Amino acid sequence: MQFAKSVRSQVTGAAPSVTGSTGKAGMPTSTDWPVAASDARAALPETVISVSALRMAFGDLEAVRGIDVEVHRGEVFAFLGPNGAGKTTTVEILEGYLKRTAGEVSVLGIDPEHANADWRERVGVVLQESAVEPDLTVTECLNLYGGCYGAPRPVDEIIELVGLTEKAHARGGSLSGGQRRRLDVALALVGDPELVFLDEPTTGFDPSARRAAWDMIAGLQALGKTIFLTTHYMDEAEHLADRICVLAGGEIVGEGTPQSLGGRESAPSEISFTLPSGVTQSELPAALPALMLENHDRVELRTDTPVDALSTLCAWAKDHGHDLADLEVHRPTLEDIYLRLTEGSG
Amino acid sequence: MSVAVAPKSHVVHRSSAALVAHQLHYDALTFLRNRQGRFFTLALPVVFLVIFCALFGNGTVHVLGGTMKESTYYVPGLVGFGLIQAAFANLVVSVTAQRETGVLKRRRSTPEPAWVLIAGRALLAVATAAVIAALLVFLGVIAYGATPPGRTIPAIAVTIAIGAMAFCALGYALVTAINSADSAQPVIQMVMLPLYFISGVFVPESQIPHWLRDIANVFPVRHLQQALLKAFNPHTVGAGFAWSDLLVLAIWGAVGLAIAVRRFGWQPKVR
Repeated sequence: MQFAKSVRSQVTGAAPSVTGSTGKAGMPTSTDWPVAASDARAALPETVISVSALRMAFGDLEAVRGIDVEVHRGEVFAFLGPNGAGKTTTVEILEGYLKRTAGEVSVLGIDPEHANADWRERVGVVLQESAVEPDLTVTECLNLYGGCYGAPRPVDEIIELVGLTEKAHARGGSLSGGQRRRLDVALALVGDPELVFLDEPTTGFDPSARRAAWDMIAGLQALGKTIFLTTHYMDEAEHLADRICVLAGGEIVGEGTPQSLGGRESAPSEISFTLPSGVTQSELPAALPALMLENHDRVELRTDTPVDALSTLCAWAKDHGHDLADLEVHRPTLEDIYLRLTEGSG
Repeated sequence: MSVAVAPKSHVVHRSSAALVAHQLHYDALTFLRNRQGRFFTLALPVVFLVIFCALFGNGTVHVLGGTMKESTYYVPGLVGFGLIQAAFANLVVSVTAQRETGVLKRRRSTPEPAWVLIAGRALLAVATAAVIAALLVFLGVIAYGATPPGRTIPAIAVTIAIGAMAFCALGYALVTAINSADSAQPVIQMVMLPLYFISGVFVPESQIPHWLRDIANVFPVRHLQQALLKAFNPHTVGAGFAWSDLLVLAIWGAVGLAIAVRRFGWQPKVR
């Protein structure tokens, strides 16, 4: 786990503001869990899912190659990775559908291979693919599923939560793709679970449907649910997740908050601008960090101290009367980090 | 690694009977709204009865103890056909579709015990089989004069009950051997059509060569047809129970149940 170490050293060296925006306890992020636990025992919240050294092989194909995951109560945890990374395999092991090849798994204190009715009362599952009951209405379908649970939530409330009130009496077969997906989520919620698995909940959605789904998932967290999300959309993970785990080729290649993943917060900033006409590269202030020239006149530079670099650059531009109208400061996006982490896999 | 768990305190488990009734209610609703299911289950046997009696109704057929009108002969055979459509064919198509589209897989994530789902679906199959059988018997009586002797009515009821349960179990067994929703209907036809022809359902048994009848005797369709025919045969003496045929049906049902319980799958075979 050489990579995990490098991630950790970058993260622990980071500023404390990392976790501020998502409101989670300020615990260090690492794939090396026992160490993390001893570092921040006081802040460690209740563990809902714990996975260690999980392996899954289908014949000769090793879909999951020894991963460790820990999910805490009340957080949105995202499994991010390219298709075929092992996301769904892992989730289906956690949901009790697949028997693992090796490793330890505990979900709500129980090994999902031995799941019983009491455990299923507390877990909601949205599968990657599952048809609706085409001949039942939304309300009937929810009544059918609600009747399977000891203490279901009121069906009207669930329909409103997923935004299907107008379709409450429409047959499943008449719903659009986005509406069916919302019904999938509603069916997973009707039993009032503590833990909800969402396997690629917005695949195939148009942008506005995706936004609506995100609002809904954020609403679930507000209800105190723990959410295990898989997705291959970077923006989805960034928008929703408290913590992200990047899976590629059956291995975890990075873990952290959306802001800290892969050392994102401490990665150098990129400053770029177009050279004013008539100015050559050699006329730029010598104090600037190493420059790269793209397309003859586009200057790019990377710096760990963007304020210094910018003030040098701006003072120079002001003195010489240049506008630098297209000056840009660029932070690495989650996508940049993700592509770097998953490079060479899948 | 310790994992703390706060148990959900307010869970109240419903009684098994209430769970099965709940399941049956929605299975019945689904069935009544499904046009294809309704047609293959309810309309086809009636259509067949009308056509067969129109085509061949005026002839006579040799049966045990004498002869009977062909229109009277076809009624018990097509009651058996209707029963198999309801308890077997419809069940195989809908359960396979539910498995392949992930409906069963999703249902597996609820705390409902597996057997409730199976029991609900099986009860629906037996109930629809009873309804379609009653409809065909009624049609036979009023339209074709195929009035069974009053003393054999208990035998008819028992035969329909045993037949429906046996074919329901065989249906669940066949589902485990079908790999995709698209192949369910063809597989059913492959299995059942030849049996209908050689078992005296579509063709009077006096026209079927002995060697074919011997083959048919191995399979449950002929035994269902024979048991129903005995109850409808005006020459039958006594209560009309065909015990040996019912025993063979029960054995087939038990084998089907054993296979179904052993091999039942919740997850799609085609991924």
